[in-house]
Amino acid sequence: MTISFMHPALIMIVGALLLPLVRGPFRKPYMFLIPLLTFIDVIYLSQHPGTYGVFQFMNWELTFGRVDRLSMIFGFIMALMAIIGTIYGMHVEDEWQHMAAWFYVAGSLGAIYAADYITLFLFWEMMAFASTFLIWARKDEEALAAGYRYILVHTFGGVVLLLGFVLRYQATGDLSFDQLNVQSPEFYTWLIMIGLMLNAAVPPLHSWLPDAYSKATAIGAVFMCAFTTKTAVYTLIRSCSGFDVLIYLGIIMAIYGIIYAIMENDVRKLLGWEIVSQVGYMVAGVGIGTSLAINGACAHAFAHILYKGLLFMAAGAILTTTGRQKLTELGGLYKKMPATMIFMLIGGLAVSGLPLMSGFVSKSMIIAAAFESHILWAGFALTLVSAGTFLAAGLRLPYLIFFGDNNCSEETWEKASDPSWNMQLAMAIGGFLCIFLGSYTPFLYNMLPNTGVVFHPYGSYHLSETIQIMAFTALGFFMLRKYVMPQNTISLDMDWFYRMGGRAFYWTVENPLQWFDNALGKFYKAVGISCLMTTSAFWSWFDWNGIDGVVDGTARCVRAIGRRVTIVLQRGQIQQTIYYTVSFAAVILVAYVWL
Amino acid sequence: MIVNLIDYLRDRLKTVILCCYGIMAFIVFWSLSVDTSHAHTWAEKMIPGFWSLFGLVSCAIVIMVARWFGKSGIQVREDYYDN
Repeated sequence: MTISFMHPALIMIVGALLLPLVRGPFRKPYMFLIPLLTFIDVIYLSQHPGTYGVFQFMNWELTFGRVDRLSMIFGFIMALMAIIGTIYGMHVEDEWQHMAAWFYVAGSLGAIYAADYITLFLFWEMMAFASTFLIWARKDEEALAAGYRYILVHTFGGVVLLLGFVLRYQATGDLSFDQLNVQSPEFYTWLIMIGLMLNAAVPPLHSWLPDAYSKATAIGAVFMCAFTTKTAVYTLIRSCSGFDVLIYLGIIMAIYGIIYAIMENDVRKLLGWEIVSQVGYMVAGVGIGTSLAINGACAHAFAHILYKGLLFMAAGAILTTTGRQKLTELGGLYKKMPATMIFMLIGGLAVSGLPLMSGFVSKSMIIAAAFESHILWAGFALTLVSAGTFLAAGLRLPYLIFFGDNNCSEETWEKASDPSWNMQLAMAIGGFLCIFLGSYTPFLYNMLPNTGVVFHPYGSYHLSETIQIMAFTALGFFMLRKYVMPQNTISLDMDWFYRMGGRAFYWTVENPLQWFDNALGKFYKAVGISCLMTTSAFWSWFDWNGIDGVVDGTARCVRAIGRRVTIVLQRGQIQQTIYYTVSFAAVILVAYVWL
Repeated sequence: MIVNLIDYLRDRLKTVILCCYGIMAFIVFWSLSVDTSHAHTWAEKMIPGFWSLFGLVSCAIVIMVARWFGKSGIQVREDYYDN
């Protein structure tokens, strides 16, 4: 049976283009309708797996619609998050922000359903450019600079990806986006992996994430926290599963992110570091590559989008109402923002993996896969990080914002309140889904790509393990909490190299190069000009005495000879001259005849 | 309602803390009776309350490493990049 194929990304793009035309009372229903239509389209497609939207472009076959179980689960959660994010941002009048967000979602959906590198690259870049506008929409100087850094880093990643697949095309003649040969990786395999992993914020290519997400607008960050990294996780699953190096990178990432999260003072930057840490689980899962690990990576990406979206929505609510996002300027807000507190607690506990919450049923799959594959160090490291996650997002963050010392200025305290109805509704949907996924596991587990993998998170041993870790992490926090109090600092990271690298370039231009230029000028004045004068004096002398001498000398010589000849030969009598001339001619004639 | 509940608990902080200690003791006690046949390594079977210890040690490690790392020159003043 053939079905009509409507690409979900197309609905978002057309919807975004028409958005400025829809005004007044129609705006809000329209903004709800378009993501909903996209979501319905995604569900409809998931009932009809297959390959759609194949076009011939020059010598290449472009495939826009590969619908299988893997693209289905990612398409589902992206479209769902688009609905939640749009509801969250409904009160914002600035239509450019909504258009950028929808183009961004379209880029993500397009990349997920793409089955060849050219299509993937097209949507990949659409994501990068659209999301940059979500940062710039904040319209202050810091956001502008962060946006430029973000787009430059992503352009670099895009170029590496482009180089990778072009080299692969040259070597194999194949443009299809499928599992790469990771057992014996070629140079282009590495390039493709690096290009994809930049978007997943794998160290050392991760600094753009906390930098950009903390500077974006409130709704911009809610969208951004969901799409870029998880689309990258999808592409890594599709192309690089079982690539050993990703286990190491994933675990470094998980630990690195949590250490920085503990040091961080900026709420949204802290959440950004949490993303780095949590995506580390997924990347490690992709590296392990077994059916359980891949299912775990997908499940964790699904759960992560919802709880991280919820956390960013709560942080955005605090930013929107108080205008503050530093822990040193917040505190004691439970009295003013009780609803936001509950949603942030739900998000924080879900990311920490509390039983009955979404993180518990997804994260544990990856840890279990590590233990089952006998990579014990990885299993223990990821368990350590889950204790750190609870510490950072489940304890420290809510404690410092809603309880703890009240560092709010009077103005902040006056302004603080729970946000508008649409923001609360979006958070309520997110919060409900976090609990629903954790409590009713078949909903998520039936969507996972590898069927036939059995996993039961609610065994008594696993429950006891998790509850022990969380309880004693809480005890550790209680005892050592004075060491994790926020400070008015920022933490140096890999972005130091390009931020200071840019400065080093400026400095090189301003200082040594400028000095060299000045010195050259002075040297020229001091030495060059006098040299030039001496040289020209020499040439002038040479010209006068040498060249002119030769020329004039020749002339003088010819004149002198001429005069002598004249004195000897021309005596003024014509007959003598004729005589000499005829004699000379006769001698020549005789010599000619004779000889 | 929630605000009142939190205020109520904050007024009786000592009792709340004692209750938490009680819950922790119960959790450790429960863990001793749990079937360990699903354990991944021998350490989990041999050390009673292994994961409690693991949680506490992990938490201390993460806090101390972050503190040491921050003090080693990674945490700098906020206007570091602005000069």
